[in-house]
Amino acid sequence: MFPFLLKSWPWYVTGPLVGLVAIGLLVVGNKPFGISANLRHMCAASFPGRVAFFQYDWRRAGLWNLVFIAGVVAGGFVGGVLLRSPDPVAITPQAHASLAALGIRDFSGLVPRELFNWRALLSVRGVVMMAGGGFLVGFGTSWAGGCTSGHGISGLADLQPASLIAVISFFAAGAAASFFLLPLLVPR
Amino acid sequence: MSAPPAAAPVTAPQRERLLGAYCCIGILFGVVLTKGELASWFRIQEALRFKGPYLYEVFASALVVAAPGFALLKRRRARSLAGEPIAIAPKVLGSGIRYVLGSLSFGLGWGLIGVCPGPLFALLGAGVSVMAVVCVAALAGTWVYGWLRPSLPH
Repeated sequence: MFPFLLKSWPWYVTGPLVGLVAIGLLVVGNKPFGISANLRHMCAASFPGRVAFFQYDWRRAGLWNLVFIAGVVAGGFVGGVLLRSPDPVAITPQAHASLAALGIRDFSGLVPRELFNWRALLSVRGVVMMAGGGFLVGFGTSWAGGCTSGHGISGLADLQPASLIAVISFFAAGAAASFFLLPLLVPR
Repeated sequence: MSAPPAAAPVTAPQRERLLGAYCCIGILFGVVLTKGELASWFRIQEALRFKGPYLYEVFASALVVAAPGFALLKRRRARSLAGEPIAIAPKVLGSGIRYVLGSLSFGLGWGLIGVCPGPLFALLGAGVSVMAVVCVAALAGTWVYGWLRPSLPH
């Protein structure tokens, strides 16, 4: 393999490509770039119950998006397994020190293995973090009608005030969670 | 979430070809999320703790590309490859309360698990199998939102 393929990308490669993905979806089929709608489509497809929010033709509205997200899973395999970077994520020394002070030891891989593993689910901290965090992500993005991609990229690029409100809100809450909740949930 | 827009009528073979295109763009995005480290908890925490510019540089450069691109497509009244006019549906602002409260809930979860929905799926592919639990929890959160929707402010 060529070693340069395994290197992580700098921001000036990553960012413009994200922008091109959003433009590409519009050019191909007039589709709005967004991920969180898939959570709704999956609910509508598998267990809609009697909830009005899930009573719609998910194939017509969301099949393209589900195919897109299947591609994202495959792309995650390509980028995270086949082209796995041999180096740890190159966060700044300040970020490293800040997370080490929280009790993070293992900086290899894309996510800290000490937090994200199956055994962690046996502890209250692990359940709160993964099940609680996941629940809030699903609940919140559905309520706000978008996530970091739908509001943060598509909405902001289209200069929509609603998306600016959303982005400010989720960054503020994210910083608050990182500063005040995370220290309670990292095992020392 | 606003009501999903009705899809324009496309012929069957055309629709299948386009699904392949969405899948390819998805693969590209999955590679971008992993090689660009946007699916990394470390990168997200670095940004949320204001300890490095990476995520902000990515967002800014994505918008520098996407915003003029969107504006050009709209001004030219361009048509998509599927043949429909390209139109970006505006998000209904209303009181704006759903964007504040919804995004605050999302942000709290994001600050803990360091993944938003895109990276969640990319990490499943990257072999972080326990993300399946996060994924099921996110589906549960979505379902509960749908159930409570009539009584939540929007």
